[in-house]
Amino acid sequence: MSAVDVAGVWKFYGDYPALRDIRFDVHPGQCLALLGRNGAGKTTLLKILAGLSTAQKGDVKVFGRSVRDSAARGSIGVLGHGIGVYDELSAFENLKLFANLYGLADAEGTARAWLKRVTLENVADALVREFSRGMRQRLAVARTFLHEPKLLLLDEPFTSLDDRSIALLQGVMAESLARGATVIMSTHQLREAMELASHVVLLNRGRLSFHGARPDEMLADPTWLYRQYGEG
Amino acid sequence: MGYLRQVLTICGKDLRSEFRTKEALNASLAFALVILLLFSFAFDPSSEQINEISGGLIWMAFAFAGALILNRSFARELFNDCLDALIYSPVPGSALFLGKALASYVLLLIVELVSFPIFGLFYNVQWARKFGWLLFVLLLASWGLTVVGTMFSALTVNLRLRELMLPMLLYPMMIPALMSAMQLTTVLIAGQDITGDNWIWVRLLIGFDIIFTALAVAFVETVLVG
Repeated sequence: MSAVDVAGVWKFYGDYPALRDIRFDVHPGQCLALLGRNGAGKTTLLKILAGLSTAQKGDVKVFGRSVRDSAARGSIGVLGHGIGVYDELSAFENLKLFANLYGLADAEGTARAWLKRVTLENVADALVREFSRGMRQRLAVARTFLHEPKLLLLDEPFTSLDDRSIALLQGVMAESLARGATVIMSTHQLREAMELASHVVLLNRGRLSFHGARPDEMLADPTWLYRQYGEG
Repeated sequence: MGYLRQVLTICGKDLRSEFRTKEALNASLAFALVILLLFSFAFDPSSEQINEISGGLIWMAFAFAGALILNRSFARELFNDCLDALIYSPVPGSALFLGKALASYVLLLIVELVSFPIFGLFYNVQWARKFGWLLFVLLLASWGLTVVGTMFSALTVNLRLRELMLPMLLYPMMIPALMSAMQLTTVLIAGQDITGDNWIWVRLLIGFDIIFTALAVAFVETVLVG
């Protein structure tokens, strides 16, 4: 069974087709880099995969289920453009809240363990509004990974992260892949992405230009795929 | 995680956030008191007229002040894209809706219970003679106001003019519940029992609450995700 099955997805903003008949599947354990220029449809596709938006045509299945199925959503971790944590709650309260919403048996223990993992244990009871940008990003990483998701949807995860947060994120992503999780990440930072990606999807103005195993040429020259299949 | 626990988790999160910032609570309470104060200048507190319009006065104040609480219900989730984080969590849309509605309901009841004694003071009205029944009407009508308001808060959350749109959508829809609440509150503040023809207003309030709660729970997922 595919981890993600995207079957003929169309999405329109007004009359403009942001996604045009997108079809691909991702098998469990794969790390898929979702590439494309700005406006190619990467974020739109990730929003549909996360259940934040619906496709006008076509269908998306996550582990054989609709993305709006509670069980499917419980197996997904999403790191988007917003950090998705509450400024007026403490770091601990935020992680405990999401641990509870994901139905984890030991919500407090899990929250404490992840605060330690992202080195925020000393400020566990401080309100997030007092945090620096880097601390907020590390908390967002903890929020995304705390329920050990089987599918990770990461929308430009390395953008504007500091070095410490990039190292942390690469570490937890590698751990997730090692335990068999599936990762789909959109990114413009090709070098970081190519270190982890086993497969690549290239979108070009809402159309699927390429889907397959990461070409070896991309290790030496990450922009190779754009020149071959994209807009150059 | 059980459905009820999910509802209570969302409700607890909203109440914790609100009690920490007191943004909606302070604004709503201040607004209710200002309305009551301004109207007290317009009417003679010793007149019989007060008894006749007391229900209308107090519910106008609650409806205006309540809109401030209801506006914040989903708007508070916009910062840091927290609404997205809730939508892609395994919590059903209906549990998210009910949790947020319950939190707004508690806040609205606080504003109402603080406003009533002040209303009595400003207008020289013995408002608590039928306190049990008054509380019953307050609970029913406030739930109606909350459930419709929370739904429209979800519907208007991404609009730039949501502060304007919410009242414009909410008040016409609330007319049956507000009419019932005003009628019953006037009767109860006058110290009369709910008898005969007035039962129709109680039935209307109960029916309004059941119908709009069912509609909101059924359609909130569509409203949130599209």
